[in-house]
Amino acid sequence: MGNKLLEIDNLSVHFTVNNQTVKAVNGLSLEINHGECMGLVGETGAGKTTTALATIRLVPNPPGKIVGGTIKFEGENLLEVSEKKIRAIRGNSISMIFQDPMTSLNPITRVGDQIMETILLHEKISKVDAAVKAQRMLELVGIPANRYDEYPHQFSGGMKQRVMIACALVCNPKLLIADEPTTALDVTIQAQVLELVKRLKREFNTAMLMITHDLGVVLDVCDKVAIMYAGSIMERGSVDAIFDDPKHPYTQGLFKSIPDLDEETERLEPIPGMMPDPSNLPQGCAFSPRCPFSKEICETHCPNPVQVGDDHHVACFLYGSEKEEV
Amino acid sequence: MKKRKNRNGQLHDVWRKLKMNKLAMISLGVLIMIFLIAIFAPLVIPYDYAYQDYNSVLQFPNASHPFGTDNFGRDIFSRILYGSRFTIFIGFGATTVAATCGIILGLMAAYFKKLDNIIMRAMDVLIGMPGMTLLILIISVLGPNIKNMVIAISIAYTPAFARVTRGAAMSVINQEYIEACSAIGANDKRILLKHVFPNSMAPVIIQYSLAAGLSILLGASLSFVGMGVQPPTPEWGLMVSDGRSYLRTSWYMSIIPGLAIILVTIALNYLGDGIRDALDPRLNK
Repeated sequence: MGNKLLEIDNLSVHFTVNNQTVKAVNGLSLEINHGECMGLVGETGAGKTTTALATIRLVPNPPGKIVGGTIKFEGENLLEVSEKKIRAIRGNSISMIFQDPMTSLNPITRVGDQIMETILLHEKISKVDAAVKAQRMLELVGIPANRYDEYPHQFSGGMKQRVMIACALVCNPKLLIADEPTTALDVTIQAQVLELVKRLKREFNTAMLMITHDLGVVLDVCDKVAIMYAGSIMERGSVDAIFDDPKHPYTQGLFKSIPDLDEETERLEPIPGMMPDPSNLPQGCAFSPRCPFSKEICETHCPNPVQVGDDHHVACFLYGSEKEEV
Repeated sequence: MKKRKNRNGQLHDVWRKLKMNKLAMISLGVLIMIFLIAIFAPLVIPYDYAYQDYNSVLQFPNASHPFGTDNFGRDIFSRILYGSRFTIFIGFGATTVAATCGIILGLMAAYFKKLDNIIMRAMDVLIGMPGMTLLILIISVLGPNIKNMVIAISIAYTPAFARVTRGAAMSVINQEYIEACSAIGANDKRILLKHVFPNSMAPVIIQYSLAAGLSILLGASLSFVGMGVQPPTPEWGLMVSDGRSYLRTSWYMSIIPGLAIILVTIALNYLGDGIRDALDPRLNK
């Protein structure tokens, strides 16, 4: 397809802590097309946030380091552009919403001014025009413009997240990275914020990388989904394909651990065991120690992704290990 | 779309809140008055500060000498008024220089991890030396006069500011909104000056109001050992120590300049507290 917006290829991010290498992201590949919403799902510690930060080159360094791979945004490798160039991209072409709206706004700056700051950083317009634009953005996310002069502590969590969304979208980015935007909010506010995100995504025609561990959010918002485990993608495909027919044992395990309203289940089936220690990953497939279908080859070799359906890839020896023969 | 007219700046908010704090406003008034006296001292003093009238030595405060006279018959009132120049120069000058250097170094140490060790170990060297020894060393090298004294005191106080700033800034830098700031494309300078610095100001302001009082006292100690202000210049701290041998008979010689120092220090502390509270929008009423 010719309209790829973001192509992450074989990305690896490692952290060095106390002479130990923590492999947060290992050979991750991901593609997002213009205007498309990709969900990135995984457990806590799977490397979702690190992937997001790496995309705009904000992995804290030290201790973190992007050790390999390429991140192509509109054909340009973001890992090679100058510091100045990447700053011009951040907030302008790619912007990010953070997980906790409570701490993501500067407590001593007026919310309006914080939205205005993004505008002034990227557009050459006067402060007055920027303020007008910031107000319009506030109204767009459902906050009355006369609250421009208020401080973050005067807003509720949901309102703050709206402000964050306004900050992120005010320069009309091509890609919005939302790092668990609803995790810190309660359910009713979650629904409102998701509705807002969906509406704005349509209006601005923004592509989105939605990071979450909530499969309900994915079903609600996303077109495609990638399941992440221990720093790599286990399975990716369209939302329909993955929700109707999960292939990877991990994805199947994930679905089994969610309560289903339609079915009477006596108890949920959690995936046994724990995520492997990222500083001491198993030699083969990272999921093999917990996998009910684990074979010998799984413990010694990493599976490469294979296509199992129309736009549905899975990295598991159950579905095409013969072909890979690592 | 409503048009915004006369949108007040954030400074306006701070001023409005400061105005509600009575103690801070009184303190501000006192400090402004002392500054004005310092500027116009030669015009307002009733006697020459160095004029020695041997017919009226050690006079108790009276109508012609409201604060009395010292052992050389000099008018203490005039000396206090004129002395405000030097005391303020030492107190504010030295502290402001120290605060500026300390804040810059502290912010850089907190933000640029590579500089942290270099800057903070250099500060440790300065802290490691006994304060007075360090001051005497610097002044002996530069020569004893009031300008060099200010330089010496600034150097002595810089590490304190650097440490306080670094500590506060480090906790701010780990906050998510700083990360969010780089995510909207702000550069290091902007993040440091517009986000990290204002959020780590509170302890620095307190440090400033404490250090200003202390550096006046330090200046007095230096003048006492002959490394600072030279007689007959009427520096408050020097006047306190000059009066010590007359404390039993003419207590006002020491007590009055002492009270002047206390007044400035207290005013500074209250104003500092007021400004800190006014700068924090969370403490709104």
